[in-house]
This record gives sequence, structure tokens and C-alpha cells, in this order.
Amino acid sequence: MQTYLSFDDLTNEEKYEHFMERIAAGEKIEADDWMPDDYRQSLIRLISMHGISEIMGALPEKEWVPKAPSLHRKLAIMAKVQDEMGHGQLLLRVAEDLMAPLGKTREHIMQDLFSGKLKFHNVFHMEAPTWGDAGMIAWLVDGAAIISQSMMLDSSYGPYARALKRICAEEVFHAQHGESIVLALAEGTAEQRALLQDSLNRWWTSLIMFFGPKSAKETGNSNADKNIMYKIRTKTNEELRQEFFTKYIPRIWAIGLTIPDETIHFDESTQLWVYKDADWNEFKQIVSGHGPRSQERLALRQSSYDMNGWVREALAAKKAI
Amino acid sequence: MKALKELIYQLADDDFILAYRGSEWLGLAPHIEEDVAFSSINQDMMGHATMYFQLLEALGEQEADQNAHLRAPEAFRNAVLLEEVNGTGSYLHQPNYDWAFTVVRNYFYSVHKKIRLDSLRLSSYEPLRNVAKKILMEQQYHLMHWEVWFRQLLTSTDEAKRRMTEAMVKVWASFGGVLTLGPYYGEMVKANFIDDENVLKTRWMSAIKKVLNETNTNMLPGEPGMTSGNGRKGEHTTDLQQAIATLAEVYVTNPAVSW
Repeated sequence: MQTYLSFDDLTNEEKYEHFMERIAAGEKIEADDWMPDDYRQSLIRLISMHGISEIMGALPEKEWVPKAPSLHRKLAIMAKVQDEMGHGQLLLRVAEDLMAPLGKTREHIMQDLFSGKLKFHNVFHMEAPTWGDAGMIAWLVDGAAIISQSMMLDSSYGPYARALKRICAEEVFHAQHGESIVLALAEGTAEQRALLQDSLNRWWTSLIMFFGPKSAKETGNSNADKNIMYKIRTKTNEELRQEFFTKYIPRIWAIGLTIPDETIHFDESTQLWVYKDADWNEFKQIVSGHGPRSQERLALRQSSYDMNGWVREALAAKKAI
Repeated sequence: MKALKELIYQLADDDFILAYRGSEWLGLAPHIEEDVAFSSINQDMMGHATMYFQLLEALGEQEADQNAHLRAPEAFRNAVLLEEVNGTGSYLHQPNYDWAFTVVRNYFYSVHKKIRLDSLRLSSYEPLRNVAKKILMEQQYHLMHWEVWFRQLLTSTDEAKRRMTEAMVKVWASFGGVLTLGPYYGEMVKANFIDDENVLKTRWMSAIKKVLNETNTNMLPGEPGMTSGNGRKGEHTTDLQQAIATLAEVYVTNPAVSW
């Protein structure tokens, strides 16, 4: 008579081995599957940061929603920022499922954001003082997001991969919406073109930073390497940045803009773009809440959270009835 | 013709200005799910306003974007209630917005908008009929959304009830401005563009009475007022000036170019 060993009877090492075999075989891990704590923590860190970045990312663009300069642009940017909030919601739901076994909820995510423990993307700490920025964010920041998110479409964590599929489909529209704003300005008056060039000058360094440092030695952080081991992601920061350059630098040049980096060029021998790297200490400062608009944006989020406290209480009371 | 244009200006500006006020809430709603829903509603309403501006353009008025961005406040025909700020502070800096006021204003307005659209569906002016039918498909969901909020908050904590009651008193004091069709009302009705404003008002009052009754809330006393002026006559507050200055800020830097 053959005896079957249940999965629960395996030692942690055996479970881990089984888990890594599944990862190696390209299987998708689902929310209720066994997973090592390390994998769960990596996902929570990545997905809650991604989700909260979508939500904080609505704030710089929100500045331009009421001011968009035509009915068509008003409709488009409203739809765009609404999508971003929707992405945030979708991702927070994925993160919440991962946090549930640890007894944590969305409330913890919000409190971690306010306390500075949970960081959000460097680009959303920056100023967006002109309409040119509304175009630049949608065109290049969303363009960069498409590149970094597309590589995770095949992520080993199923719920994240599926959420990204929906998100990427919408991001493509956002990049087109951004491109349309940028082209209107690029083909417009000298003032409109100046607005656009100013905006590119302002955003370029942030876009270099967007993909993160080349390796752990710049920031002493090895999350990217771990995420590759677990097949949560498949490419390095630098590979993604090079892809971004290859896709967008020719387009930026084609519409007559100048990239604020005199050294930038494509090296035929290495088949890589050569560029001036960002100051990664500055990056650390920005994402730790010391960027030009970090505190204002957090204050806005916090004040809306506080002013609506009575609404959450009222809804919780209804739920209890 | 004047009466028809006046009517469409009321419809356009009501949706345009309230959608603008709604867009100021973006990112600040009570929870993320509401942010998604509310911004969808505002986007729909901005779309409704755009359809009306296009009808006006077809009737020989200014091009839709110019009409939306370049008019002086006294040329606006929206009800004053809809231009009122969401609260103190600005949408960029220390907003102290009142969700109860937003729920009551949007709910009362949605009930009326539905009644008004049902009437416009039978308008003698065919283009208006067609637009009304299109808008109604979306409006149904807006009304449901605000009704859920309205009922929930009115039947929850004491604080929520108190805030909702205060908001209702405030909205009631100006809601007469939504109900009126303004100085050209006689001609509008005579030409069968829309039903008599008193008929629409009676329908609205009984709808509100019904929902208040079902939530064990006292009906508001007397008639809805018009305390801050009649927007249908071009009477407005500084809140509208502020709204127009913001929504047209980029456009006015050069109205002649493409943006």
C-alpha cells in the first residue's frame, strides 16, 4: 500500500525546494499558495510601492486636470488620472491579499505612507509647474512605466501579472494622450515649444532615475536582484533604461527637442547608449521624502485622509449594522 | 431661438461647472474606490457639457472651446449652487472639502437632472432630444451612485447625520436656482422645448420627499430658495470667477492656437 505525503507534512526546506521548482518551471504562484516569507515580503514591498505610487502619481497630474486647455484635453486628462487611481486600487487589492495572513490591511499601507516607511516613485516627488509637464508626464513617465511594467507581465506571481496586463493596456493610451499633448506643443508657437523644452529639461534626470541604479553598489540595495531570482521581474534596471533610450531618444530628437545631456549618444561598438548618470545620493534623498514636492504631496494626501475620517467611520458603522 | 439657446446654456453650464467642482476632488475623495467612481462621473458630466456646447455651436454660438473658456461670468447660466466652492482651501493646497455638501449637492442635482432629461427626451427640438437620450444612459448610474451615498450617510453615525442635515439646509437654501428656467421660461415651455418648470419642480419635490421619508428624515421646510442670486439671469458669485480663472488659465494664454 502506498502512502501519500500531504504538502503540509513537508519540512520548510522541502516546501521551499518545491516552490523554487515551480518558479523554475514558469508556473504562476497564486495568493493562497504556499510561498516563502522572503517572496511574500518582496512582493508586498514591490506591489504596495507600485500601488501607492499610482495614487501619489495622480497628484502632480491632478494639478492640471481642472486647467486642461480645451474640452477635449479636459476629458482626456480626467480619464487618464482616473485610470491611475484605478491602477492604484487594483494593485492595493493585490497587496492587501498578500498582507492579510500577516494581519495587515490598507490602513497599514496608508499609515506607512504617512510615516515615510512606504516610499513612492521618485518622479512623483517632483514639481509639475506648467501644462508642458502634463504632456511630459503622460508621454515619457508613462512611457517609462510601460517599459518597466511590460517586463513583469510574465511575473511569477499570478495576481500581479494579471493586474499588470490590464494596467499596461491602459498605459498605452496614456502615452498616446501624452504624445498628443506634446506634439501639439511641439508644432505650436515658439512659446509653446519653449514650454515643452523647459519641461523636458526639468524631467530628464528624473527619467534617468526612474529605472533605479545600475547595480546594488549605488544604493546598497539588492531588491532588484532578489526579484529577478524569484522571476518577479526579468530584466535589470540598466537593461530597461537602455530600452527606454532606444525607444524615446529618436522620438525626442525628431520633434526638435534637445536632451539636456551633451554626452548622450549611441555607442555602435557596445550597442549601448552612453549617458550622464544620475546622482544616486540625490535619488535617495528624493525617495526618502526630501524631493521638491514630497512633503506637499504627502500633506495633501494626509489632509484628505483626515478630513474624510468621519466618512470612513460612518461607512464602518453601516457595515457593523 | 433665444429661448432655445438660453435653455441649452443652462444645461451646458450646470454640467460644466459642477463637473469642474467635482474634478477638484480628484485624489481627495474619502477612499480610493470613490475616487475612481467620482472621477468617472465628472468625466461623464464634462462630456455632457461638451455635447451641449456643440449644440450651441451648431446654433451659431461660439466654437465650443471658446464658449467654455472665454465667456465672462455674467454670460454663464448655471445655477449658483453648482459654482459654490467645495469648502475652504484650494484643490492644491490645504483643501478642507465637505463630503456631505458634495453628496447632497450631487444627489439633489442628479435627481433633478434625471427629471429634466426625461422631459427633454420629448423636446420639440430634435437635436436636444437625441442628446438627452444619450446622456440618460449614463445619468442613471450617477443617480444610483449618489443615492447610495445619500442614504448611507443619512442612516449612519450621529456625526454623519448632523453633517448631512447641515449640508441639506445649505443646499436647500440655493436649490431654487437649479429649479428655475429663468427669464425665458415662458417661451421655452410654449415652444415645447421642455416641460413647465413647476411640473419639474413638483416631480423633484416628491422624489426628495420620498427618499427623506424612507430614511426617517424630516422634509426640509418651505420652498427651496435662491439666496445667492439667480444664475439663469447671469447673477453669480466670486466662486464662479475663481472657477473660470482656473479652468481657463492655460487656454487664455493663447486662445488662437491648438493645445
